Order: sequence, then structure tokens, then C-alpha cells
Amino acid sequence: MPIEIAANLPVLFAALVAFCVVVYVLADGFDIGVGILLLLAPRPAERDMMLASVEPTWDGNETWLVMGGVLLLATFPAGYYVLLPAFYLPIIFMLFALVMRGVAFGFRQESVDLQRVWDVVFAGGSLVAALCQGIVLGGLITGVTMRNGAFAGGTFDFLTPLGLACGLGLVGGYALLGAGWLIMKTGGQTQLFAREVAHSALILTAAMLCTVSGLSALLVPEVAARWISWPDSLWLAPAPIVTAVALVTAWRRIWTGRDGLLFLMGLVVFAMGFVGLVASLWPYVVPRHVTIWDGVADRQSLVFIGVGVACVLPVVLAYQAHAYRVFRGKVRPGQGYGAAASASEP
Amino acid sequence: MDAVILARLQFAFTVGFHILWPTFTIGLAGFLALLSVLWWRTGRPVYRDLFRFWSRIFALAFGMGVVTGLVLSYQIGTNWAGFSRAVSNVIGPLFAYEVLTAFFLEAGFIGIMLFGEGRVSRGAHAFACCMVSFGTLLSATWILAANSWMQTPAGAVADADGIFHVVDWWSVVFTPSFPHRLAHMVVASFITSAFVIAGVSCFHLWRGRHPEASRLGLSLAMWMALILTPTQILLGDMHGRNTLVHQPTKLAAMEGLWQTTRGAPMTIIAWPDMEQARNLYAIEVPHLASLYLTHSWNGEVRGLDAVPRADWPNVPIVFFAFRIMVGIGVVLLATAVTGAILRLRGRLYSSRWFHFLAMGTAPLGFIAVLAGWTTTEAGRQPWVVYGALRTADAVSPVAAHAVLLSLLLFVVIYAALLLVFLWFIARILLRGPQILGPGAPVPARRPTVMAGTVADLNPGD
Repeated sequence: MPIEIAANLPVLFAALVAFCVVVYVLADGFDIGVGILLLLAPRPAERDMMLASVEPTWDGNETWLVMGGVLLLATFPAGYYVLLPAFYLPIIFMLFALVMRGVAFGFRQESVDLQRVWDVVFAGGSLVAALCQGIVLGGLITGVTMRNGAFAGGTFDFLTPLGLACGLGLVGGYALLGAGWLIMKTGGQTQLFAREVAHSALILTAAMLCTVSGLSALLVPEVAARWISWPDSLWLAPAPIVTAVALVTAWRRIWTGRDGLLFLMGLVVFAMGFVGLVASLWPYVVPRHVTIWDGVADRQSLVFIGVGVACVLPVVLAYQAHAYRVFRGKVRPGQGYGAAASASEP
Repeated sequence: MDAVILARLQFAFTVGFHILWPTFTIGLAGFLALLSVLWWRTGRPVYRDLFRFWSRIFALAFGMGVVTGLVLSYQIGTNWAGFSRAVSNVIGPLFAYEVLTAFFLEAGFIGIMLFGEGRVSRGAHAFACCMVSFGTLLSATWILAANSWMQTPAGAVADADGIFHVVDWWSVVFTPSFPHRLAHMVVASFITSAFVIAGVSCFHLWRGRHPEASRLGLSLAMWMALILTPTQILLGDMHGRNTLVHQPTKLAAMEGLWQTTRGAPMTIIAWPDMEQARNLYAIEVPHLASLYLTHSWNGEVRGLDAVPRADWPNVPIVFFAFRIMVGIGVVLLATAVTGAILRLRGRLYSSRWFHFLAMGTAPLGFIAVLAGWTTTEAGRQPWVVYGALRTADAVSPVAAHAVLLSLLLFVVIYAALLLVFLWFIARILLRGPQILGPGAPVPARRPTVMAGTVADLNPGD
């Protein structure tokens, strides 16, 4: 193997793990968001339509969560065995929530009279999953207690103001993505509903983005130092500016923009948020304890995985992109996706 | 209770609950693949009816397997940080390969399998079913490779910090117990599914419903059972002798053998007393254990006394779990042979007592699988990686109360899930294959993944 590649293996694999996380957050984000909005949808017809819009893709999306977990174990074990115990309760509750959400989707299809119950389970699971993921995110920024190569903090360390703000922010952000998805994929009453709730989702997202940024700067000096030190701040400046532009554009064009605009702006906000997160935490696997170079797995393990990833991942991505392309266009009321996919654009 | 016991209970519960679903879906995916190929090649509607019926059950069970498996992929970190730290270099890539090869393959084809029938060509549908079946087998292969490495580790060395580093991937994957475990587990899955299919078919025959589909289901299932139950006993014998060589302490606990003995007896039943290190109330057959383990009348079998007490597993658990598994194996073999005799005499579809018997055996495969896993996992204790990493050193630094809380919630949630699952299954069973028979529309709201692909695969459609 050429020396440059060997030396950069940790960076390459960090990028791979980050890629899986981003794919997961963006893909599962909109269907978790649709789940959260399900609580607010007043009419059964809309709930049917909302669920139909995520039906073909949502379980494929969750495969990326498994992928992210096992890749972290295989490539940056320190991140896995320190961070997961540190966030024990939020992770376990996220898993409970995802389990309930998954079975609710399956059982709803078999159910006749109790669909409303499964709607609530699906929505509740989505909400709790988003909150828990946000709490983990906030805890990641705050940092964890670590001694002798292991987590050394308490069970409830995860309960921080920053974590709660991130939790609410992620609920808002996912709801924003969900609303954007619904505007893009549906029409009529459902689309109207999505445009209405998009306002609240946007306000919550923007408010929590400001809160999280402010709290991080106040509570975590290392993160503050990263953002205000010259010339780093010059390179980092575009991230908040682009975020602000995206949020304002989304707000002003909810009713007048093209159907895909809000979803696109939601993706931009998430992408910028991720850039901000990486900028705040780089180059740590376990923030301010273990860097990617110290926490990386053995080279022979990375090479073994690398071969599989290089062979399989392009095929998987091409296939999933194809699946999304097949299901482009609007979902029709009272019809399965099959009709929508073969019908042309309205 | 301390955190180690709680963590072990929690993992035993979640992994035990999880294994039920793959056990069922590995075998059922094979059955569905067979049906889809038969439907494609022969065009007989009964194959399609049976396929539609079982694919609905498969869809629910597969979903349960996916979500309970997702839990495990994170639980290894939340509850077993010491384990993750020590063996991530070895186990991590095996898990990663499971996701890369098996999960994405299944995710890609399951849509066509479940919703594509009647929307893609029969050949394309059969191909998708075979791919999903292949995916379930690949998944079993990787996960059993990981488990076998924990049982009989090879191809990796531990450094001074106790971190394992791989020196030979081939040896890591193909450890001595891997081929035996893989064969034993896959065959167990097919047998379990076969008896479920037989039991359900007999239920319909007993009620006098759906005769054609039920006869076909019973016939296929009983052929499968007749071929596989004797095979499984043979494979079990080979696996046992493999354990004798590589994990003699586990084998001694399975046999309830306290002292190293020449011409060891087979203990049919006893109460193994760990305090006194002997069996109470034992019923034994002299020399038989030596005969089937060493294939010689006076062969020597190592007893528990060969290792210090601190390295003993909990003997009664291993001893009884093993006997439950073997006992069920014998019952299933007898059922399969009875079915074959009835078939020879042309009475397989009319013997109501046999239909009752088959309904009774339907859940036994699951119990045998749980008992078998209890034997092999409890028998590995007190090690998590046999001879190399103790379970007590493998747990996470998480407070006992947090583990207890999550354990209780797991029990409540999983029990509720199981009840709801059984409720839905009961409704599907009561309706039977005929409701979905000729002319029945595919439910309009079930989509899909491949609905659109019809247009892509057959542009002229």
C-alpha cells in the first residue's frame, strides 16, 4: 500500500464513518420527522398519506444506523466502548423508540380498527428517538469523563442543558425535514398541513441552533476557542452564514417556493450543522480525550474492512439512489406507491 | 445483584429474544424461495397461494428480527465495553461484513420479495426471493463466525493491555468450531420452520380448510423434516466431539462428568450438585458417553476436575439445557419418521391424531434452539472469549441500577411485542391461505419498493 494512503487511513475511515452518520441522519431524519408530525396531523387520510410517503424507504434508512454502529466498533473502537456506556440511557431509550417505531409500521398495515394506536406508537417512537439522538449529540459537545481508557462518569451525566437544547433542536430539525419531504411528495390537504407546521419546525430549529451555539461557546471553552481563534474563524465563518441564509430563504418561501425547496433548505441546514460539529470536535473520537489517530483500529482490520466497503458500498449507494429515483414524484391519495411511481409528474 | 449478572441477564434476554426471529426467517426464507421457484417453473396457483400466505408471516417476523438485532449492535457497546475494547479488531470487521454483505442484500431485495409478486415477472420475483434467502444465510455465516471465534479463538494474539490483534484473517473466520456451529444452526433453523409449517398446515387440515395448500405445505415440511432431523443429530454428534477437543470443560458440564474418566457413562438424567461436585439421583448408561464421544469403549473423557473450580460454568444450567435440546431433537425425529410412515400408507392427510401431534411440535424447534444456545453460551462461562477474556472483565462501567432499569423495560416491551405479534399471526392463520387465493387483489396500500421497478424491468409493461 502506498505510504500516503497508509498514513491517512484514520482520516479516510473517519470520513467513512462520518459519511454513514450523515446518510443516516439525512435519510432517517425525514422519516423520523414525518413520524413526529404524525402527532399533529388531524385527519386519518393525511396520516395514511404521510406514512405512504416514507413507506418504501424508511427501513432501508435504518440499516445505516446499524452500519454506523458496527463501523464505529470496527474502525474507532474507543468511540464505541467509551461513548456508548457514557450515553447508556439515551442510547437504550433511542433503541426502544426505534423498536417501537419499526414494529408499529409493520403492525399498522395488518391492523384494521387500531390504526390510531399504532400511529401514536410510531409518532411517539419518532419523537423519543429524535430527543435521545439530540441528547447524545449535546453530550458529545460537552465531553465525557474518561479515566484509564474507560468511561468514568455517572449514569445521569448526559442530562445537560446543552443536551436538552440539542434534543429539541433535532426534533425541530427532523420535523423541518419531514415537512419539506411532505411538501415535495404530497399535494392537497397534506401539503397544506405540511406548509403550516413547517413554520413551527423552522422557529424551533432556528431557536435551538442559536441556543446550542451560545451554550457551547459559554460552557465549553475548547469549542469557543476553536471558533474565535484567527484564522480558523475565517474558514468557519461560511457555515453560520450559509445556515442563516438557508433558514431565511426557507421562511420566506414556505408558501411560494418550489415544492422541493424547503426540503433542500433543510438538508443544507443539517449539512452546515454537521460541518459545525466536525469543526468543533475535530480531530477527536472521544472529545478532548482520544484523537482519531489514537483511537483507530489496527491497520490489518482497517484494510480488511476497506476491501469490503470499496466493493459493496458503491453498489448499495447506486441501488438506493435508484430506489429513490423510482419513487420520485407525488404520492396519490388512496393509492399505493405503485401508481405514483409509474404516473408522470402532475 | 451485581452489574455483571444484570448485564448478562439483559444480554441473554435480548439475544435470546432476537434469535427466535432469525431462526424462523432463515428457514422460512428458504421455504419461500422454494415456493417462488416452483410457482415460476410450474405456474400452479397453489404455490402462489402458499407463498402469499407465508410471506405475510415472514414480513412480520423479519421486521421483529431487524429491530431486535439493531438493539444488539449497540448493546455490545453500552453493556460490554471491556469486550469491545479487547476484541474490536477481530469482531468489528466480521460485524461490518455482515451489514455490508447480508443486510444491504436483504434490504435491497425484500421489497420485491414481499410486494413484487404479480408486479415483476415470476422469474425476477423468484430471483429476489433466492437473494433474500441467500442474505439470511450470509448473515448467519458472519455472526456465527464471530460467535465461533469467541468459543474457539484463533488467528489473533493479545498484547500486554489485553487488546487482540489479528495475525491471520482466514483463521479468525474459519475457527475450529465454526463449520460445525454454522451447519448445526442453519439446519436447526430449517427444522424449526419445517415444524411450524407442518403444524400450521395440520391446523388447517384439522379444521377442514384450505385442503390443497395445507396438504402441499404439510408434504413439503415433512419431507424437509425427514431429511434434516437425522442430519441434525449427526451434525450435533460432530459438534459435540469438536467441543470435546476444543472446549473440554463445557463438554464435561454438558455430560455432568465431574472426574476425568475412562469408559465414561452417559448420564440420562441427574441433579448435578456443584457443592459436592457429583451427580445426585443419577440414571446412567455405562460406557456410552465414551462410545459416542471418543468412538471407543474405554475412551478417556476429561471431567470438570481438570480445571480449577473458578473456571467452571454453572453445571446444572448447561446440563439441563443440553438435555432439553437433545430430548426435543429425539421427539422431532420421531415425529418426522411417523409422518413418513403415514405417508407411505397414504394416511398423512387424514390421520387426525397426527395433525394434533404436529400442532404440538410446532413451537418445539424454538425451545430447542434456545436450549442449544444456552448450552453453548452458558457452557463457555466464566469466559466471554474462551480461555482468553473473562466475562467479569468484559462489562461496561455502567451503574447496576441503570442496567436493571433497562433490563426491566426490555422485558416489558419485548413481552408486549411478542403478544401483539402472536395476535396478528393468529389472525393471519385463522384466515388461512385461501383468503389470499385466486383473484384476491394485493392490498392496495402495500407498496412497493418494487412496484415502480416493474416499469424499469419491463418497460413494455
